[in-house]
Amino acid sequence: MNAILRTDNLRVEYRTRELKQGAKLALKGLNLTINAGEVFGFLGPNGAGKTTTMNVLLGYVNPTGGAAYLFDVDVREPIARQRIGYLPELTYYYKFLTAEELLRFYAKIFEIPKAETEKRIDQLLKLVELEHARKRPIRTYSKGMQQRAGLAQALINNPDLLLLDEPTSGLDPLGRMKVREIIQRLKNEGKTVFFSSHELGEVETVCDRVAILHQGELKVEGRVDDLVKQYQCNLEQIFLKVVGYNAQS
Amino acid sequence: MNKILAVSGVVIRELYRRKDFYVLFILTVLITLLAGSANFFNDHSIVRYLKEICLMLIWISALVVAITTAARQIPFERENRTIFPLLAKPISRWQVITGKFLGCWLASGAALLVFYIFFAIVSGTREHSFPIGNYFQAFWMHWQMLGIVIALTLLGSVALTTPAANVTIVFIVTLGILFVGPYLHKVAIRMTEPSASLLTGIYFAIPHLEFFDLRGLIIHDWPMVAWLDIGAATLYGWVYSAFFIIAACLVFRRKALN
Repeated sequence: MNAILRTDNLRVEYRTRELKQGAKLALKGLNLTINAGEVFGFLGPNGAGKTTTMNVLLGYVNPTGGAAYLFDVDVREPIARQRIGYLPELTYYYKFLTAEELLRFYAKIFEIPKAETEKRIDQLLKLVELEHARKRPIRTYSKGMQQRAGLAQALINNPDLLLLDEPTSGLDPLGRMKVREIIQRLKNEGKTVFFSSHELGEVETVCDRVAILHQGELKVEGRVDDLVKQYQCNLEQIFLKVVGYNAQS
Repeated sequence: MNKILAVSGVVIRELYRRKDFYVLFILTVLITLLAGSANFFNDHSIVRYLKEICLMLIWISALVVAITTAARQIPFERENRTIFPLLAKPISRWQVITGKFLGCWLASGAALLVFYIFFAIVSGTREHSFPIGNYFQAFWMHWQMLGIVIALTLLGSVALTTPAANVTIVFIVTLGILFVGPYLHKVAIRMTEPSASLLTGIYFAIPHLEFFDLRGLIIHDWPMVAWLDIGAATLYGWVYSAFFIIAACLVFRRKALN
């Protein structure tokens, strides 16, 4: 199998301001391999290290130890991000630009030819149902529309790997369904999807494999079906067991 | 280069969609026209004072546009978190900084050109002459000076946490260099060691922004400056701009974004 995303003994240490506390270990030697065509769910409670892993993969934070690779290129090289699409949890876009200007800007960064850019903008705005608002500044969009514009920008380079950071967080049921449909469609096209989420039902539905992270360590990794068989319970119960949650009866 | 141009394009769009420039331009126009309508003692040389007032307003407005535009770039990208989807693309941090510089410089240049065209119209209608060469030299040198100030502001914006602090510091430094900088070596002569050497060192280290001030040339209708001197001053400006941009890139490269 072709490894699209790989982390080797990845360690990230944050220095805290308090003298007595010293450094905080956010990731303790994470080893992950994600193969082409997989939909991979990255789970964990808040503070488990999911966002830190994403930050390393996207080059925002340099690892303290170990390494991470996208398409066998070290993530510290900008070119590693040529074939990825990233959708952040919340919408962070230039509000004074219109949707088509935003897409054109990102397309230029990917150095997509002009004719191809215009074709893709038309296709994507149709896909995310923003054709009617393409010439309006993003600041006039509703939250759901902004998230859809985000999805369009994540797909502008026709990525082989999509990194989604809690993609359905804050969306209404219709928006969630739309995102799920798009993930499914990308999966059918043979794309690789790596996403972090707290929506375990959703993860169970769309993911081939999952990993559960807790306190910076990888606790469980495997195919969803295999894990359900092994633990004799659903993904939510597996998650709660792994993070050591004991319900008070 | 395409990536740098793409980033600069967004900066230019931001400037013309904001109201700062339009407000400053309208204020300059109003003050100049008000000053131009006054006629004291039928003094024909009053047009010189008018030109001086107009150019002073242009200098202030250009500095405000350049510094405030450059100061908000990186901090606002971080505050609004637009830096995250941007850096998730195949673009390096030095390309972002260079693109920001280019965008601010081109946008400030376009704003400056509008101001100088207005100045040329006001001055031309009063004096019935258009010394285009002089105007061009004054505009060109002014623009090069703004390049240094923008690069310095970008360096401040990656090193300091708040844009307000950066704007204040850059304004003080720029005005200090313009008004005090030229006399530092003269002050140093009267001082004792080691202060004298320190001040002399500062005199030679700071970019001498007064080299780029050709207001006298168009106020007093002096002959044009030799093009070789203009070229040398341009090169001098580019060296300082490059130095500040490289420093900004080095600081930004080490910043963890989370």
